[in-house]
Amino acid sequence: MVGTREDVRGTAGAAPALDVERVRADFPLLARTVRGKPLVYLDNAATTQKPRVVIETLLRYYEYGNANIHRGVHLLSQTATEQYERARRTVQRLFNAERPHEVIFTRGTTEAINLVAASFGRRFVGAGDEIVLTEMEHHSNIVPWQMLCEQVGARIRVAPIDDRGALQMDAFEVLLNERTRLVSVVHVSNALGTVNPIARICELAHAAGAKVMVDGAQAAPHLQPDVRALGCDFYALSGHKLFGPTGIGALWGREELLDAMPPWQGGGDMIEQVTFERTTYNTLPAKFEAGTPHIAGAIGLGTAIEFVESIGYPAIAAHEQDLIAFATTAIGEVPGVRITGTAPGKASVLSFVMQDVHPHDIGTILDSEGVAIRTGHHCCQPLMRRLGVPATARASFALYNTRAEVDAFIRALGKVREVMS
Amino acid sequence: MSDLRELYQEIILDHNKQPRNFGRLEDARRADGHNPLCGDQITVYLKMNGDIIEDARFEGAGCAISKASASMMTEAVKGHTVDEVEGLFEGFHRMVTSEPGMLPDVEKLGKLAAFSGVCEFPARVKCASLAWHTLRAAIEEAKTPVSTE
Repeated sequence: MVGTREDVRGTAGAAPALDVERVRADFPLLARTVRGKPLVYLDNAATTQKPRVVIETLLRYYEYGNANIHRGVHLLSQTATEQYERARRTVQRLFNAERPHEVIFTRGTTEAINLVAASFGRRFVGAGDEIVLTEMEHHSNIVPWQMLCEQVGARIRVAPIDDRGALQMDAFEVLLNERTRLVSVVHVSNALGTVNPIARICELAHAAGAKVMVDGAQAAPHLQPDVRALGCDFYALSGHKLFGPTGIGALWGREELLDAMPPWQGGGDMIEQVTFERTTYNTLPAKFEAGTPHIAGAIGLGTAIEFVESIGYPAIAAHEQDLIAFATTAIGEVPGVRITGTAPGKASVLSFVMQDVHPHDIGTILDSEGVAIRTGHHCCQPLMRRLGVPATARASFALYNTRAEVDAFIRALGKVREVMS
Repeated sequence: MSDLRELYQEIILDHNKQPRNFGRLEDARRADGHNPLCGDQITVYLKMNGDIIEDARFEGAGCAISKASASMMTEAVKGHTVDEVEGLFEGFHRMVTSEPGMLPDVEKLGKLAAFSGVCEFPARVKCASLAWHTLRAAIEEAKTPVSTE
């Protein structure tokens, strides 16, 4: 039995309720209309909207605090450096990581994976070695490894999923062997919402002597990427999917691994001594942050994380689980709709296909009703092939979405039939 | 809603549901086209008689706009010379990429004028023009002498 709100509040250990109207008031963009209708923004797996505090942080930085960081003797540079490094400690706290210098700022998850592929790959992956991926990976967690494999003569093994979109753990385990150098796996699938059992994956991979990289782009808005609890070796996330700015993200890596890895980009800040004959490299994290970074972005990401912390992951998860359950029931009553991705415990991603209507047409018609969803292959072409569909339509929910918006989305789906028949 | 009706006109919905000239053409020139953005895939088959397109068929999967566009294209190009078809494509392309409210004269396009609503939906221009780009590739292939491989 589902309890009433009062019941839930009265239960010890239950998540505190999230006041969604108050949360919505923090996001200026949500108040706008689209094509004359109130915006229903359900494309959160692509990018999330930004709370006012994040927007104001960026504004304040550029209006009042802008300077280049590190080695500056003037006040502005020192303050910018402090803010930048404070943001690093905020990301460290999100990761529950032991040391701030295990956090490397990147442009996003894609760049973080490329960093590990280029640097860890160059140092630890050789001819005949194997990298294990899964069928549900985003192109950004496939292509960097293919590029590495081409360079060093390693090969990719792919762990299968079942028809619900859950990873087949038995088949995964069989792929692990003494040639496995790395398992790189998505935490939460952007196309299906599947939440992978990262802790178990890490146990199995470590038992085989392999390291584990986690693509957390889609996970971080829904659940805390606690790297100590997960037991992984690398974890990557993107700021813009976590209510922060675009162009900023973070990689966490174990210190001993990052120390053993060569730099991947050369330039300012990542050096200790440079002569034309020889360069020695800076220590962590600067070794992996060549050039002037996205300072405002990093500070903005810090603010975004503080915003998420102020609401709390348990409240966010409870709210999103309510929405996905509500939406799943509601869409089940729309004729001809089939949900793709029904793994137990999945995150708030609702991917679906509609009989005789291509997802692209669904997207256009929903847009005319002010409902923003994503359609296409979601940068997961191998997964689409596995599911036997050219594309899907995807509604993805965030902490600021409401049941009323789910209703509007379902009503708009009714319009699709109306227009297309 | 009015924009939507402009986009999904009756004739487009009809060709989406019952595409004409759908299926393979044996012993024909072919070209494959795909739109990686949305996963649309199409193959266009052509039978040429000198400079004239004698027969055109297509197969593939895609959204209503891309399927209807392919279907109506095959009807429009049959019996025409390569140059005529090129002119048709130019007119079609100009129509679907025109600025809203700046629609060029589409009378010469005949039934294809049904796609004039596409210009209000920039994200759908590629859907409408995929078949035409693929047709052009098939014509190019047809121009190339048969290889012996």
